[in-house]
Amino acid sequence: MGERIEVTLTVNQRKRRAQVEPRLLLVDYLRHELGLKGTHVGCEQGACGACTVLLDGRTARSCLHFVAALDGAQIRTVEDVAPSPELLHPIQQAFHRQHALQCGYCTPGFVMTTLELLAGNPDPSQTAIRRALTNNLCRCTGYANIVKAVTAAGKALREGSQA
Amino acid sequence: MKPAPFALAQPDDLAGVLAALARHGEAARVLAGGQSLVPLMNLRLVRPAMLVSINRCAELAFTERRGDRLVLGALVRQAEAETHPLVRAHCPLLAAALPWLGPQATRNRGTLCGSLAHADPLAELPAVALALEADMLLASQAGERRLPASEFFQDALTTVLRPGEMVRAVAFQAQAGDERSAFLEIGNREHGFAVAGVAVRWRLEAERCAFARIAMLGAGPVACRVPAAEAAIVGRPLDAGAIAEVVEAARAAVAPPTDVHADADYRRHALGVLLARALRQGDGQWASGSR
Ligand code: FES
Ligand code: FES
Repeated sequence: MGERIEVTLTVNQRKRRAQVEPRLLLVDYLRHELGLKGTHVGCEQGACGACTVLLDGRTARSCLHFVAALDGAQIRTVEDVAPSPELLHPIQQAFHRQHALQCGYCTPGFVMTTLELLAGNPDPSQTAIRRALTNNLCRCTGYANIVKAVTAAGKALREGSQA
Repeated sequence: MKPAPFALAQPDDLAGVLAALARHGEAARVLAGGQSLVPLMNLRLVRPAMLVSINRCAELAFTERRGDRLVLGALVRQAEAETHPLVRAHCPLLAAALPWLGPQATRNRGTLCGSLAHADPLAELPAVALALEADMLLASQAGERRLPASEFFQDALTTVLRPGEMVRAVAFQAQAGDERSAFLEIGNREHGFAVAGVAVRWRLEAERCAFARIAMLGAGPVACRVPAAEAAIVGRPLDAGAIAEVVEAARAAVAPPTDVHADADYRRHALGVLLARALRQGDGQWASGSR
């Protein structure tokens, strides 16, 4: 114990090398060691979705993964979603336009979940959207505007326009 | 909270995993997807001194048809199985149940064998394993044993797994082409924790039920088959009268738990409603909500 494990992983297209304690959670590595604080911590038990990132291209709860077991993995966080510091991604744009956030605590998790949803299903039904989002918790918005935002984002991405 | 400190072994093959498990005995837990284990570790409800990861064991990531069985290795992720052509073709009941296991994000990483080994009292897969008369293939350094799912699950979070032993694979019975099946569940949130659910398969011959397997979750301390309900339906046409009787038989046979989400009477009622719906639909899905 106390033994550290060396891992190399790619975070937002940058190679990172780290010596980590086995118990270090991915979300804490992202926030505390890399300073990527867009990924939030809510429940730490997989229930709220605030910590959702893409792990090898698929959504994962970063509070449920040990960095030490992720050697070679590709991680993408909300910091890597916008095309540039001045521009928002169409999904982010849609959340902004549709008032789909208030405090914003849950938003990164919703954005990452929406990325996966729309990649697999560019024109999801309202039911499919609600199902995809059902395990991301938001304590502010009441969800209706989030569903609207995802609908608008899907449309924007299909049409290659702004949401 | 953060997990208590532990050591991590990441062997490249099953032999290495079994050797590490043998060496550390009770102190070790298997880490597959971690979607059941890590929440408990974060809450410090469990504090294994040693985790043995199977994530580098490519040999455990197989899905194969073997005789009348569909066999899935310990590293098959739930989301992979959900869309796997062999699962869809030979175990539609399993394919129908998998989307209910949790959010996409945990199904992407969580494994079938991990969920079975964890044996949460309200988990979906134990009920599916019972309905599909699955065999559990358990491996340890001492060798392998094969047990029917009905003997594997003992109590809430309790199986017959011994220290040093792991679920290497699960072998579901392949469903016959003319078989019908359905998985239905209610919970406090769709794809959240279940309150009650049913996994049902049956076959009709000359309009009469020739074969039925009925398993339930939320009907007792662990998922269970309900033989009294199966007996009530076999030999009969699936008409309204027979369905009402099988529902009565099931409600009389189960002993559901009471918890913060639902009391025993509510669960008993809901299980009957779900069973009747399942027998009426039998398309493997909610009528209104295929994914
Ligand atoms: S913090 Fe990870 S799911 Fe809530
Ligand atoms: S905007 Fe506040 S939690 Fe969702």
